Amino acid sequence: MTDNTKALAPKAKATRILRPSRRTVLTGLGAAATLPLLGRFNIVRAQGSPLKVGLMLPYSGTFAQLGENITAAFELLIAQKGGTLGGRALEIIKLDDESNPAKGPENMKRLVDRDMVDVVVGTVHSGVLMGMLQVARESGTLLIIPNAGAGAATGAQCAPNVFRSSFSNWQPAYGCGRIAADAGYKKLAYVTWDYAAGKESAAGFEQGAKEKGAEVVQVLTVPFPETNFQPVLAQLPGLGVDAVGAFYAGGGAVQFVKDYAAAGLKDKLPLIASGFVTDGTLGALGGVADGLVTGLHYADGLDTPTDNAFRAAFKEKAGREADVYAVQGYDAAQLLAVGLEAVQGDFDQTDALHKAIASAKLDSPRGPMTLSPSHNPVHNIYRRVVRDGKNMVDGVAVEALADPGVGCTMT
Amino acid sequence: MDAATLLTQVLNGLQYGLLLFLVASGLTLVFGIMGVINLAHGSLTMVGAYLAYAIGAATGSLWLALPLAVAAGAVFGAVLERVLIRRFYDRAHLDQVLLTFALILLFEEGRSLLVGNDFHSVPIPPVLDWSVPISSIFSYSAYRLFVLAVCVVIAALLFLVIHRTRFGGMIRASAEKPEMVEALGIPVSRVQMAVFALGTALAMLAGALSAPLTSVYPNMGDGVLIVSFVVVVIGGIGSIAGAFWGALLIGLVDTLGKALVPDLAGIAVYVLMAAVLLWRPTGLFARAA
Repeated sequence: MTDNTKALAPKAKATRILRPSRRTVLTGLGAAATLPLLGRFNIVRAQGSPLKVGLMLPYSGTFAQLGENITAAFELLIAQKGGTLGGRALEIIKLDDESNPAKGPENMKRLVDRDMVDVVVGTVHSGVLMGMLQVARESGTLLIIPNAGAGAATGAQCAPNVFRSSFSNWQPAYGCGRIAADAGYKKLAYVTWDYAAGKESAAGFEQGAKEKGAEVVQVLTVPFPETNFQPVLAQLPGLGVDAVGAFYAGGGAVQFVKDYAAAGLKDKLPLIASGFVTDGTLGALGGVADGLVTGLHYADGLDTPTDNAFRAAFKEKAGREADVYAVQGYDAAQLLAVGLEAVQGDFDQTDALHKAIASAKLDSPRGPMTLSPSHNPVHNIYRRVVRDGKNMVDGVAVEALADPGVGCTMT
Repeated sequence: MDAATLLTQVLNGLQYGLLLFLVASGLTLVFGIMGVINLAHGSLTMVGAYLAYAIGAATGSLWLALPLAVAAGAVFGAVLERVLIRRFYDRAHLDQVLLTFALILLFEEGRSLLVGNDFHSVPIPPVLDWSVPISSIFSYSAYRLFVLAVCVVIAALLFLVIHRTRFGGMIRASAEKPEMVEALGIPVSRVQMAVFALGTALAMLAGALSAPLTSVYPNMGDGVLIVSFVVVVIGGIGSIAGAFWGALLIGLVDTLGKALVPDLAGIAVYVLMAAVLLWRPTGLFARAA
């Protein structure tokens, strides 16, 4: 008891000193209330003033590398266009979202209300994206999503001002289901994390497999982001399945592939994994991943003129190899370019701008890309095989795959 | 569930539980003897894991990393206790929580500066990189069996030290009646330093041992910390035996729960904790008040 009283005394004193008077609080509130007004006056800009683009991406934490690659590729396209899009110069404001969903709405508001950006490009983490969507829908700010695959962004929460240059979680998983069924496997199991992206992936895999006559008999999950896969792996042999589909990303993916091999399952139960299992993780995986079949909307060895030129330019700018995240960042800039070129840089022609982006036909490094009515990419899902530390393309699993956009009122 | 699957799942549960014991034993000693809530204890496993990764990357051998993690942990723990923790024994728990939370931030930032934010896998030593067939399809990694054995040996050593040696007697006495121990001329402050060093060494060893199993990644200690606190609460604060049986219980319940009722796997451990607290509010092996 004495401990407690001792500790409480100095704290009470500190509060008294720091507590602001009612007048200070009121003054502060009054001042704060005028801030939006100031903003309104400032918003009248000269036609030639630079367009403000907010890049809200992870620049620290687990996804930092993804944020850096998206940014480098985004800037690469702008540089290739001579620094202007549709005759408009661009001013880029970067904000580290730390992949922290709790700060998603706050960070987005900061860009929209304080920095008064015209466009937001973001982000990687689906949880952060959900907070951004709310703000984008309320403010009408143009939002281009360069990675996060949450189905809702181009589904139930779709909006005229929200576009995606990456993928929906459903898409690569649907492709993997098709790959499994096309390989002749009839009974399948699916393993993933118990979270939104995992559930959406499992649904996509089941649908892709079902449409080609295969059946998913069980979906097994591990709480996110745990990497103790042993309990799930031990159950797989007892299910009597021909093959196993999987979705994990980042560090969890590395551990999963290694544990799968250590459990002796690699040669007995073929694994068909989401491309995110082996993208950016092959260095850590080493030889364990050799021969692993995956499905994704991008691959190594596509060997098209567009992809070769993009890879060379990216490597020169960033000093490292391009990956799927770089492609998505590049295409986010391509979508913005299409929109601004259609309205000659006049950002106030909102409807014409949105319409131009929605009907864009991109020559993407990944191959041809258009947008679905719910503003999600329509693109090929490639079958890929890991060879010599690369995700080499091994045919097209599904051509021009569109997300069904369930729940979107624009379709 | 057939016999082979059940055997595998029980092995998984034991191995997970024993690793938890290494972490929870240090936590329960520090909490029980010094009354310090050490939130940074989980981060210490992260430090141990990254140490194993760094040494493994530099020398290609995990065998060097394991004893080094223990030695570095002991020295680091002793310094930490002497320089910082010591000043907080008489303070309120909130101050201790703030201090140790700050340590988490420092460790994570230090890790970020020194090694970066990437996920790294740590190779299993070639000697143990094989599997023991359990059924026609499933095999059990030899390294996991090795971890199991190491943990059992350490648990046995810890029991012997605590219950059969003079030093162990001082630790137990310091937990019960520190004033009396002081009056008898035993340097309690040195016992405290030794206990903190021991706890840190065990946490870092747990991190180094599990590095090849879980890989190393930022904030990897957070999850461990929460489950370890559950173990401490279930076992009874300050009790090594409680930490041991509590950790095994949690390991088995968590693993079998995931296998049998996957929908409830996330909460099984906490339901168990609530049930134990209702039945024995001070934990399974609490000292008589």
